[in-house]
Amino acid sequence: MNFDLTEERQMLQDTLRRFLRDRYTTETRNTIIDSEAGLSAEIWGELAELGVLGALFSEDQGGFGGAGFDIAVVFEELGRAGVVEPVLDTALICGGLLTELGDDDQRQLVEELIGGALHLALAHSEPGSRYDLDAVETQIVQNGSDIVLNGRKAVVVNAEAADHLIVSAREAGGLSLFVVPSGTAGVSLRGYPMLAGGRAAEVMLDDVQLPESARLGAGGRALSALEAVIARANVALAAEALGAMETATALTREYLLTRKQFGRPIGTFQALQHRMADLLIEMEQARSAVINAAGYLETDQRDKQIASARNLIGRAGRLVAEEAIQLHGGIAMTQEYELAHIAKRIVMTDHRFGDTDYHLERFIELSAA
Amino acid sequence: MDLSYSPEEIAFRDEVRAFLDAKLPKEMSDVIRAGGELGKEGHDRWHAILNEQGWLAPNWPKEFGGAEWNAVQRHIFEEECAAAYAPRIVPFGLSMLAPVLQKFGSKEQQDHYLPRILSGEDWWCQGYSEPGAGSDLASLKTKAVRDGDHYIVNGQKTWTTLGQYANWIFCLVRTDPEAKQQEGISFLLIDMNTPGIEVRPIILLDGTHEVNEVWFTDVKVPVENLVGEENKGWTYAKYLLTHERTNIAGVGFSQAGLNAVKRMAKAEKHKGKPLIENPHFAARVAQVEIDLMAMSTTNLRIISKAAVGQAPGVEASMLKVKGTIIRQEINDLARRAAGPYAMPFASEAVEGDNMPVGPDYAGPVAAQYFNNRKLSIFGGSNEIQRGIIAKTMLAGG
Repeated sequence: MNFDLTEERQMLQDTLRRFLRDRYTTETRNTIIDSEAGLSAEIWGELAELGVLGALFSEDQGGFGGAGFDIAVVFEELGRAGVVEPVLDTALICGGLLTELGDDDQRQLVEELIGGALHLALAHSEPGSRYDLDAVETQIVQNGSDIVLNGRKAVVVNAEAADHLIVSAREAGGLSLFVVPSGTAGVSLRGYPMLAGGRAAEVMLDDVQLPESARLGAGGRALSALEAVIARANVALAAEALGAMETATALTREYLLTRKQFGRPIGTFQALQHRMADLLIEMEQARSAVINAAGYLETDQRDKQIASARNLIGRAGRLVAEEAIQLHGGIAMTQEYELAHIAKRIVMTDHRFGDTDYHLERFIELSAA
Repeated sequence: MDLSYSPEEIAFRDEVRAFLDAKLPKEMSDVIRAGGELGKEGHDRWHAILNEQGWLAPNWPKEFGGAEWNAVQRHIFEEECAAAYAPRIVPFGLSMLAPVLQKFGSKEQQDHYLPRILSGEDWWCQGYSEPGAGSDLASLKTKAVRDGDHYIVNGQKTWTTLGQYANWIFCLVRTDPEAKQQEGISFLLIDMNTPGIEVRPIILLDGTHEVNEVWFTDVKVPVENLVGEENKGWTYAKYLLTHERTNIAGVGFSQAGLNAVKRMAKAEKHKGKPLIENPHFAARVAQVEIDLMAMSTTNLRIISKAAVGQAPGVEASMLKVKGTIIRQEINDLARRAAGPYAMPFASEAVEGDNMPVGPDYAGPVAAQYFNNRKLSIFGGSNEIQRGIIAKTMLAGG
């Protein structure tokens, strides 16, 4: 058994942590959140230059990583700093779909993406689909050699910044995916900021005409690729939440040591010490859950391990976010204090690709199978 | 043992219902139901409607223009208001300052301030907390130094709820720095328009502005604005805090919140079925409902004691802890029920001429979840309350 990171991953972690500590201060991040774009093009370029995007792809895909632990290392650091830039959506999810399903032309996009020149968004979920990957009502109609899309996509993260949307639709036989350049006639966006930073949009598709070359992968066969990519996204989300939980715990520990009430640091009160102890225990459990999810990503245990990790992280994350706020008291409720953003990131992770209950249910189903 | 309301209490409840039915403006309850905020005008309007009915000050004695309801009547009123999505009555003047003035204020202070609270002419805010003194209230540092017929006040208050609307603030200030912590504190009434006062907004993590910092720099306050005796403010502060504890369990809010969760979970579909039929979600809703049913009775047991003059002691702390846990759990369920549509920023999702984002109930739920983290922090945090309970039980009082 060896739970140490490889030398390369350790280097990546150190570099990224140092970069974000110096460059992605609370003030910088809050300015980015308040900005119209909701992300910083400059930071994005710098992340690409550091190799953060490349680390999410294997060598034959043009990167230098791509395994579960590469994902975990990158996203833990992004989570630690509360980064709102859409590394998950552009690189891991959409980049993953392009490498998995793309033809030569489409795979060209990955190269641009790794260089930092491109943004992408997955337009998949719909108003009624909650977390169910298979619930898609957007339809395609074949019009001669053209494809016509109609439907509505919900909470499409990074849609406004995206140069291309990857849109899912139902046709005979199952789910299909299409690469749709932004500005294509019939595509309209209603954009908005999200509570935990970043932006999303409702995407309306009204008679969107696409050439056959827009198709990503074989018609009606996209679901299993989508599941594989969302599995990777779930590893990323678990790791990101873990990083954010580390920050929340560290801030809380520091606060307990410095904040005085009734003439002594509040960390000397046993009632608070025991709760801090519980947080630290849950942090270790959360770390193990992320290791499991990352380590079993390419095995037949993938889905069960991921359901398990997301359920545990959902529970531990809620505990850590709520207790960190409670142990701080009022100051944690203020927008300008670091913890407010971090706590929101942790809790809102639960709303992407399945919440605690969803993954519990999935775990039960997979255990019974 | 009789678990139901008496015929008189039922008649009273019907009267309250009829009043809310006739007088609560629908556009107001719609805003509250959707998780929105009223703003000063809305609060003033509801305040005036209640005042006209003579129900604005349920806890005041009749001699001061109150309704003088007992604890059960007040509870019924609060429950019905919550169920009807009536606005919260802003408590600072009515249920915090007024009891102090009625018990400890001079005749002049009573005659001047109490009618202005009822009429809505004055909007009061609270100057208790300070940056260094949260639940440890007695460690406050804001100073008031006597200079002829004035006090000169210097210092900073924080978490001043709706201070942006207030024209008066009641403050705890240190008038004797040499005295032991809880002595040497005085209770001052300060006109917010006095030079040297600055109100700075604090934006909370859900993006709302409901609390403020209030800074005092050489603020001159006439000595007649002192309540009671100099250096005896702690006594008045403690008296005020016991009055702050009305409706501490928040049963009505929890019940309304739980109803909302059930409505949402009926509308939301999970794998083609209403979410409310999902066993995991349903189990969590059931658990909190079971807790709430019991707490509702715990609350009534304590209230019925209070109605016959037995002041609640440690029971108030128990209701605070359990009541906030239940409310926060309901907020968490609401957030989960909304699914991915909990992610948009609330004000964007709810407001504007733009196409709405997601179902109308989903917009505010995550913001409310975060905002209501405050319930277990303010008014004496749950840790402080647990300390009080443990001390009473383990040290025999």
